[in-house]
Amino acid sequence: MKGYNFAYLDEQTKRMIRRSLLKAVAIPGHQVPFGSREIPLPYGWGTGGIQVTASILGAGDVLKVIDQGADDTTNAVSIRRFFARTAGIATTTATADATVIQTRHRIPETPLREDQIIVYQVPQPEPLFRLESSRVETKRMHGLADYGSMHVKLYEDIARFGQISISYDYPVMVNDRYLMSPSPIPAFDNPKMDMMPALQLFGAGREKRIYAIPPWTRVTSLDFQDHPFRTINAPYPCGLCGATDSYLDEVVTDDTGGRLYVCSDTDYCSRRRGAAE
Amino acid sequence: MTGPALLSARGLGLTFGTIPALADVDVDLWPSEMLAIVGESGSGKTTLLTVLSGRLKPDRGSVRYRDPDGHIHDVHAMPAPVLRRLHRSDWGFVHQDPRQNLRMAVSAGGNVGERLMAQGARHYGDIRAAALDWLGQVEIDAERIDDLPRTFSGGMLQRLQIARTLVTHPRLVFMDEPTGGLDVSVQARLLDLIRSLVSRPRIAVVLVTHDIAVARLLAHRIAVMQRGRIVETGLTDQVLDDPQHPYTQLLVSSVLSA
Amino acid sequence: MTIMLRTRGLAKTFTLHLRGGLRMPVLHDIDLSVSAGECVVLTGPSGAGKSTLMRSLYGNYRADVGQILIRHRGEMTDIATADPRAILAVRRDTLGYVSQFLRVVPRVSALDIVAEQARDGDGHEQARALLMRLNIPERLHAIPPATFSGGEQQRINLARGFIANHPILLLDEPTASLDAKNRAVVIRMVRDAKVRGTAIVAICHDADVRDAIADRLFTMTPCQEAA
Repeated sequence: MKGYNFAYLDEQTKRMIRRSLLKAVAIPGHQVPFGSREIPLPYGWGTGGIQVTASILGAGDVLKVIDQGADDTTNAVSIRRFFARTAGIATTTATADATVIQTRHRIPETPLREDQIIVYQVPQPEPLFRLESSRVETKRMHGLADYGSMHVKLYEDIARFGQISISYDYPVMVNDRYLMSPSPIPAFDNPKMDMMPALQLFGAGREKRIYAIPPWTRVTSLDFQDHPFRTINAPYPCGLCGATDSYLDEVVTDDTGGRLYVCSDTDYCSRRRGAAE
Repeated sequence: MTGPALLSARGLGLTFGTIPALADVDVDLWPSEMLAIVGESGSGKTTLLTVLSGRLKPDRGSVRYRDPDGHIHDVHAMPAPVLRRLHRSDWGFVHQDPRQNLRMAVSAGGNVGERLMAQGARHYGDIRAAALDWLGQVEIDAERIDDLPRTFSGGMLQRLQIARTLVTHPRLVFMDEPTGGLDVSVQARLLDLIRSLVSRPRIAVVLVTHDIAVARLLAHRIAVMQRGRIVETGLTDQVLDDPQHPYTQLLVSSVLSA
Repeated sequence: MTIMLRTRGLAKTFTLHLRGGLRMPVLHDIDLSVSAGECVVLTGPSGAGKSTLMRSLYGNYRADVGQILIRHRGEMTDIATADPRAILAVRRDTLGYVSQFLRVVPRVSALDIVAEQARDGDGHEQARALLMRLNIPERLHAIPPATFSGGEQQRINLARGFIANHPILLLDEPTASLDAKNRAVVIRMVRDAKVRGTAIVAICHDADVRDAIADRLFTMTPCQEAA
């Protein structure tokens, strides 16, 4: 597209972001500050993810963008079109065909490969944010791996609700060193992060932080010995494809209480239905 | 009995601008001993506590701590992570205002359990059992374990802070006016509690108080501070009943029947 | 006889800084010696320094000059120069003191106040027996003694002093607030302690009690006022 640099951002900015990405990969789970730019998109719509994606895209890449697992929502469609126009690259909805996947709030059900990169949009990169409001203090806590207070939060959940009630953005330890927010993905997706073959990158535009999990890195969800981490999902098969291993969304179908549980990953669901026909 | 000191400070000096906050202060503390530091406001007693506990670096002098393995550490030369670990395991700090130490948005049980979790405890049942045990020891009803501290009275908050501090069985506890700001009847209960909790073997306490009666009830030894200096030190009852220094005589005579 | 307590050239002067450094000599050149199983009663007019001597022996007052030697674990420890922790050890194992007034600890029951002074075992059984011997009825044992009468408080204090069976015991007016029946109990307790070999120093204005317990009197005279 005329008048814009490849993938919208200027080369200096991309270089700066790549340097932050390299540092982030070198220190798995550690939040690296970066000079977040203004993006023609409101905060919260993926300004961090877009900058990371823009910095790693090459002319031969194939981009997939999902929002809550769906390829066809406004946010996913706009970001896909944004890069199609500013970088002239190919896009896809098929997880297996993509080389770069930008995501808001999900990890695709189809397992990712070593030749793929997943870019997460992150609203709040600081996992200790709710416990400690001081940035100085959270930096110190990360520096000293002083994470006991995070378990206090889990303790409170069990004391109040009988179980750990965190259903999304469930905190993880990366490489047994840094406590990390996985972004608001459902806890259901947490196990997929562990020893994932693909590179995982995280961008928080408003908070100006980048972090990463290199391929094949240990990622564990916090828990107690007597209250181990477990995933929660609706106790039904998908109403459309019948999948029992996929994360389900609840859809209200009428005004009389009718409900349908369907796969949140639209690509996965349609592919299963296509195969069944 | 005479073994080596747990904490030893020599020649502490500190100036705030032109004001000498500490001058030539020597302090020794032995295991299972309570030392009271008394003096009026501004005499430097809280500053001394802050320096002894490693939170403030003096201009001159040093503080040495002897760990359970017998190794001696210069408190102010310790790497930050080591000092921090010390503060949440082997050491404890009881503030005058319990809100400084407690997490007001976390339940009583969570407050007591935090130091255990910080030390790596990862068994919910064990942590909860320890929290219940300590709430009992500080006379807080077991039914309050899941209540937020903001629903507690001042005396209960202070007892909760003490439970939170002692749960890791520290060898050394610093207390800054632990009974300050409480009603007299509440104070009495708290004093009795502190007295029985720290009389167990191996807990050593440095207690800062302006209340001579508190020092007399709790402390084995006493150090009297005036303008940043320790002007008199010795056996608590000897210093209070037969004060030698003019300032100590003034301090003791100013108190209604301590 | 084993000498348990001995002072040599003991002197004590109070300096009152709040009154222009006024010096008040109270003790001068005191040489006192007490053997095991012996009870020495301090006598002399009021102002002669009996209480000051007693408190100095306990380390409650600081001696200016001279020695206060206490046989502690077989060796003589000088209370006048010992460091605070050494004095506390002497008080714990060797030297008991019954003052005239009970220093009340809030919320602690009479029984616990006495039992916590015991040197061996739990102490509660011994404490109960001692309190009964001193005619403190069982219904009072669980109550903090703050509200007790003067005589009751004094008996709690006596129980506290006697339960530890210290080899040396200092008694400051042990019977001042007691009736005849309880005075008799205390006399018997002192005699029993002497039989066990306890060395005792007492101040006692009651002539009958003094005659009943004293093996020897130690007469003191007031120091001359400083010029």
